[in-house]
Formats: sequence, structure tokens, C-alpha cells
Amino acid sequence: MRLLTHNMLSCNIKGVTNGFPLRIEAEKVVEKQLEINHDFLRNIFPKIDWKAFSDASRIMGYHELPEEPPEPSVLESDAEFLGKFHHALLELHLEEGALICPETGRKFPVSKGIPNMLLLEDEV
Amino acid sequence: MPGNSLEMSYKTAQIRLVSSHPEVYEPCDDSFALVDALLSDQKHLLEHKPILCMEVGCGSGYVITSLMLLLGDEANRAQFIATDINPHAITVTRETMEAHGVHAELINTDIASGLESRLAGSIDLLVVNPPYVPTPEDEVGREGIASAWAGGENGRSVIDKILPVADKLLSERGWLYMVTLTTNNPSQICQQMMKKGYASRIVVQRSTEEESLHIIKFWRDIDIEVDANNGVTSSTPLGILDSVRSQIQRLPFWGSSDINAGTN
Repeated sequence: MRLLTHNMLSCNIKGVTNGFPLRIEAEKVVEKQLEINHDFLRNIFPKIDWKAFSDASRIMGYHELPEEPPEPSVLESDAEFLGKFHHALLELHLEEGALICPETGRKFPVSKGIPNMLLLEDEV
Repeated sequence: MPGNSLEMSYKTAQIRLVSSHPEVYEPCDDSFALVDALLSDQKHLLEHKPILCMEVGCGSGYVITSLMLLLGDEANRAQFIATDINPHAITVTRETMEAHGVHAELINTDIASGLESRLAGSIDLLVVNPPYVPTPEDEVGREGIASAWAGGENGRSVIDKILPVADKLLSERGWLYMVTLTTNNPSQICQQMMKKGYASRIVVQRSTEEESLHIIKFWRDIDIEVDANNGVTSSTPLGILDSVRSQIQRLPFWGSSDINAGTN
């Protein structure tokens, strides 16, 4: 699971109002190289919740992202920043671990890179 | 690039590389019809330049893999997400994608549960081959392979859950391709979606020994939205009906061979 996906996931339990971001419990993080695509990064940037993303990157062991959301102009001018953004968003994978609901503490396991968001009957 | 066009048009997942599992639906006529619909719209998909693409109910992974392959270089400027309620399907999809050297983010979930709030209005391309087979209602939502086909009354139970989710996820320029069976009453599905502002057309229509399949493409149509708003603000229900009727007449609907008619 990439941090892009983490940034798009919220707790889906019925009645939970504060289910984002899910807290990452990282047991195994892997890096998989991917060719950088500036168009994608520019297009996806406005959709990213920066705080959730940069916090998640640190939990995954990557400490190069600024805590404050950068100005969109850096996407045009700062190749170094684009490289870091790309790496954290798409090259870091949570292979084993869990995602934890900030409101209920419910654990959604991540196994072989795949989050299991299936709910129990009383949670739907 | 005329030299590449032939090669490009044959780029779909290879059946011999599609993984399998006793509890996972294998690529079948419906899967092939959906991929054929995407292939016939390939030129438009390449021009569409989707950024976030998604498949709900990825099964064997045949469709999402084919989608990534047929987008070719354009797939590099997009990301792909696929969901399935069946954990075995997720595993098989991962194996199928690995065999083809492509990657989509996989999530084991019901339809798009957990993704709906953050991905709202963000999906530019959504493909769905839903469980559309009419079955007793209590067969819907069972574990394993039954989840791939059990569709409840008229095969509509899961389709009717997916459509509002699709409406929520699709971006302003989002496209939805969905497999339906004649028994599902596709024209009624289209009218229902029209009320939400979507135009539609049948991209592929195919009858097999067992079933008659329609692959329908939906997209937001500004005209329909304007009509609907006018109807609401002037509070004349008749006006809404009239506008829907005229839209139905305008649609290049059943059996159209003009694949690329209209704005899309």
C-alpha cells in the first residue's frame, strides 16, 4: 500500500465522524522504484492532505518532507522537492502492519501490501 | 504513431498470464465484453488522460490489467485502484498484475467502503463488472465466488448500491463503464443515472448463449444538469419529465453503431 492510498482511506465504521487519517502501524516497509511522472504529481498534489501525508511518511521512516504544506509553485520549480514527493507518495509501500482508526482504535490489518477494510456485521 | 496503432490495439491482459483460484471468477464473456468496450473507446481514453482510475470488483484482475495495458504510456501519468470484497480475488489480481508487470493499489473492501469520502469527486475513470445475475436475495453478499455473480432481484441489488457510490466518486469529467444484463433493465438504469446528470450510451452489445450483455458508458452531461436544475427551480415536475424524455430521444441509444457519437 502506497501512501497515496493511505491518504485516500478513512475508517468506514458506521457512526464514525473522525475516521481520517488512519494511524499507520508499520511492521514492514518496502521501497519499489517507479519512474517519476511530473504530470501525475502536479495533478494529484491538490488532493493530498499534506499533514496526514507527511506524518505518515515519517512513520514509514522517511524524514525528508516538510511538515507544512508547500506552495504549489514548488511543483513547477523545485526538482528536488518533486523527487521527494514522488518517493514518499508512490515508492514507499506499507507491506505489513495495520491502519488504526483515530476515533475507535479499530485495527485494519495490512498484509502483503493490501489493507483489509472489510467490516464486521455490527460495524456496517 | 501509425506504426504503433495495431500493436497498441492488441494490448490487453494475456489469458495464460491471468492467475486463478477456485473461489475467484475467471475471465468470461462479460469480462471480455468490458475489455472490448474499453478497447473500442481506447482513442478517447487516451485523449481523456485520466489521473485516478478505479475498478470496483476486480476479480481475476483481467480487466484492470487490460485497462493499464491499453492505456500504454498514458498509464504512467495515472494511478490505479482496485477493490474486491473477496480476499482471494485480491490475491489473484495481484498475481495477474505482477505477471504483466503492472501495478494497481488493491484494497479488500465492499465496493469502495473506506475510500468514498477522500476520493469523492476524484475518479476520472471507473470500470465495474458487477454481480448482475438474478438470484434469491439471501445469496447476495455471501463469501467467496458467489459475490462475483449473485445480484439479487433482477440482478440489481449490488448494481443499485454501486451506482450512488459511482456518482460520488466520479470527477466532473469522470467516465463509468459498467456491464449490465438485459434482465437488469439497463434502460431504467440509464434513466436513473440521467436524473443524477449522466448521459449514457451502449459501447458494446453482445448476446451469448446464456445472456445478453450491454456495456454502458456514463458521463456527466452539462445539458442534463442544466435541465434538471431548471426543473427544480421552476418547480414544474412536468418540465423535468419533458426534459428527460427529450434526452432519451436524443441519446444514440440502443444498437447504435456510432461508437464515438456525442461529446465523448
